[in-house]
Amino acid sequence: MLEIKELQAKVEDTQILKGISLQVNPGEVHAVMGPNGSGKSTLGKVIAGHEDYLVTGGSVAYKGKDLLDMEPEDRACEGVFLAFQYPVEIPGVGNNYFLRTALNSIRKYRGEEELDAFDFLELAREKADLVELDRSLLDRPVNEGFSGGEKKRNEVFQMAVLEPTLAVLDETDSGLDIDALKAVADGVNSMRGPDRGFIVITHYQRLLEYIVPDYVHVLHDGRIIKSGGKELALELEEKGYTWIEEEAANPAS
Amino acid sequence: MQSPTDHLNELASQDYKYGFVTDIESDSVPPGLNEDVIKKISAIKEEPEWLLEWRLKAYEHWLKMTEPRWPKVDYPEVDFQSMVYYSSPKAKKELQSLDEVDPDLLETFDKLGISLDEQKRLSGVAVDAVFDSVSVATTFKDKLSELGIIFCSFSEAVREHPDLVKKYLGSVVPYSDNFYATLNSAVFSDGSFCYIPKGVRSPMELSTYFRINAANTGQFERTLIVADEDSYVSYLEGCTAPMRDENQLHAAVVELVALDNAQIKYSTVQNWYPGDENGKGGIYNFVTKRGACRGSDSKISWTQVETGSAITWKYPSCILQGDNSVGEFYSVALTKNYQQADTGTKMVHIGKNTRSTIISKGISAGRGQNSYRGLVKINKGAEGARNFSQCDSMLMGDRCGAHTFPYIEINNPTAQVEHEASTSKIGEDQIFYLRQRGISTEDAISMIVNGFCKEVFRELPMEFAVEAQKLLSISLEGSVG
Repeated sequence: MLEIKELQAKVEDTQILKGISLQVNPGEVHAVMGPNGSGKSTLGKVIAGHEDYLVTGGSVAYKGKDLLDMEPEDRACEGVFLAFQYPVEIPGVGNNYFLRTALNSIRKYRGEEELDAFDFLELAREKADLVELDRSLLDRPVNEGFSGGEKKRNEVFQMAVLEPTLAVLDETDSGLDIDALKAVADGVNSMRGPDRGFIVITHYQRLLEYIVPDYVHVLHDGRIIKSGGKELALELEEKGYTWIEEEAANPAS
Repeated sequence: MQSPTDHLNELASQDYKYGFVTDIESDSVPPGLNEDVIKKISAIKEEPEWLLEWRLKAYEHWLKMTEPRWPKVDYPEVDFQSMVYYSSPKAKKELQSLDEVDPDLLETFDKLGISLDEQKRLSGVAVDAVFDSVSVATTFKDKLSELGIIFCSFSEAVREHPDLVKKYLGSVVPYSDNFYATLNSAVFSDGSFCYIPKGVRSPMELSTYFRINAANTGQFERTLIVADEDSYVSYLEGCTAPMRDENQLHAAVVELVALDNAQIKYSTVQNWYPGDENGKGGIYNFVTKRGACRGSDSKISWTQVETGSAITWKYPSCILQGDNSVGEFYSVALTKNYQQADTGTKMVHIGKNTRSTIISKGISAGRGQNSYRGLVKINKGAEGARNFSQCDSMLMGDRCGAHTFPYIEINNPTAQVEHEASTSKIGEDQIFYLRQRGISTEDAISMIVNGFCKEVFRELPMEFAVEAQKLLSISLEGSVG
C-alpha cells in the first residue's frame, strides 16, 4: 500500500531524512521510534505533503501512485491521514463544521454522496463516544481552548470520522495521562483492520503496550538503523537509544 | 443553508459579477458645481424653499473647506468641477407599481438578483430600491403604513412629511460637519427616510439597494432614520456597482436618531467596484454615518462588511447622549490588490452609565492597506461609562499593511475603557492542517477568514450573513498561494 524508497528530505538547508525505506501493507501497524531530532516527525510531514519539507531524493508510492506528486488535500482524499503532534487552533470555526466540510470534500472526491448536517452529527457523536471525546467539544472552535489531551483525542476522533486507509500518528501519546492514553489506544485499536495501515510515531514504548505493533523501526539521524518485531520496542525501553546508536555506529562489534 | 465553501467554488471563477451598465436615458445636469446647479437639483425635485436654503448654506460653507488628508489613504486629487451632480432615470410620472417601471431597470435588478417581485413574495423584506439617484419602486409601504411606519425615498419624505424631515435633517450630522458631508448636504440627490413611531417594532427588515449607474455621476445619498420612543428597527443596506474605468465618488450621509428606549440596528454589506488588480478604477467611498442615542436606554448598532471600493473612508459613530444608552460597532473590512480602507468608529459618551462595544476585523491581502481608526471619548458628565474595543488584523502575503489608530479621551475618572488589539498572519500551519483533512487551499482560507470574522457575522441578519460570507470568499480568491 505504501512503499517508501531511499527517501531524502530537507528543511531549509538542513538535511533531515537521509535515505529511508519502509513498506506498509494493509492491516499492518508499524511503529517508528527514535530519539528527538532523528527525523520521525519529518517523515510524517513528508508523507502528508507539508510544503516546508523538500524531498531531495527517493520515492513514495501509495496505492501504486506517486504520492509525492500529489497535493496535500488530494493525499487526504486518497486516504492518507496525519494525526498532528501539535494540532493547530482555528478560532471561530466549529469543530463539527470543519470536520463535516473535510468529510464531504473527501466523499465528493470519491464520488460519494455528501452527508447532510443531521447524518453527520449522528456519525460524529458515535465516533466521539468511541474515543471518549466530550461531545461538547464538537460545537467549539477547532482545538481552541482544548487541553493537550483533548487536542490529541480530537485528532483520533477526526481519524475515526474520516476513516483513512493509511494513518500516521505523530507522537499522539505525548502529553497524555494514562486514561487518555488508553482512550486514544482503544480508538486506534478499534480501527485496526485488514484494509488499513498505521504508522505510529512515538518516542516511548509506553503507547506500544496499548497499540501493539507488527513491526518496530528505529530511526537515527535520518535513517532506519534497526527494524524488528514488537519485542524491539521492549529492548529499547530497557537499554535506551544509546545502545542501538552505538551498535549502528560500530556494526562490526 | 449553503456553506461558504460552496459559495467559493461557485464564485471563484467569476470576475466582478456586477460589472454591467444599463443603457437608460439619463436626465442630468451639466458637469460642475455652482449655485445654479444646486438650484436646478432643488427645482427638479420640487423642493421647498427652506431645503434649498439649507443646501446653499452648505455649499457656501463647503467652498471654505479643504479636503481632509489625514486618513491613511492615497489617491489623486478629485476634480469636483468635472463631476455630474445629478442624474436620474427618466421617469414620466410617479410610479404606482412595478408594471410602470422601465423594463431595462427591472432587468438590472434581476441581474443583481434582487427582483422586487421575488423579494416581495419570498423574503418579507421591504425594498426601497435606489437606482442612481431616484427611488423607482418602494414596496410593502402599505403594510408598513398600517403600523404608522414611514419608509420612503428622501424626496417623498420632503414632500409628504416635511415637518419630520425639517426637525431631524442635519440634527446628527450638521451641514457644516466635514468636507464630504457638507458637499452631500449641498447636492444630495435622494436616499431613504424611515420613521418608526412610538412603541412600534418594525415587523420586517427594511432594506435599500444602492447602485451607481450613470458614468461620472457622483452619488450623494442621504439617509435619515428616526426611531421614536420604545420602537425598534433593523435596516439593511447592500451595495453593488457596475465596472467603470473612471473613479467614482460616493459621499453619502446617514443620520440615525434613537429616542427613549428605542433601538436601531443598521447593517451594511458594501461591495462596490474596488478597481482592477492594477489599482485602476474603483469607487471612492467617503461616507459620514452617525447615530444619536438621544433618549435614555436607547441603542444603536452598526454592523458593516466592507469588501468593495478603491478607497473607503468611513466611521459609523454613536453619540451616546441618553443615560444608559448603548452603542455598538461591528466591522469586517477587507482590502486586496490596491484597495485602501481607513475605517473605524467614534463612540462619544455623554450620558451616565453609557456603554459601547467595538469589534473590528481587518483583513489585508495583495497590496491592500487597512487602517482601523477609532475614537472613544468619555465626557465629563458620563459617570460610569464603559467601553470595550477589540481590533484584530489579519495579513495575507507580505505586501499588504494593517494599521491601528486608537484614540482614547477620558474626562471622567469612573470610566472603564478596555482596548485589545492583535495582528496575525494567516497561518500556513492552519492552512496545511485543513488541507491535510482534504479541504482545498481556497476553501481553507475562506474557512479561516470566516472564522476570524465570526464575531461580526453573527451580528448580521441571517440573509446578510450569507451574502457577507459569499463576498469574502469571492474577494479572497487567489489571495494566497
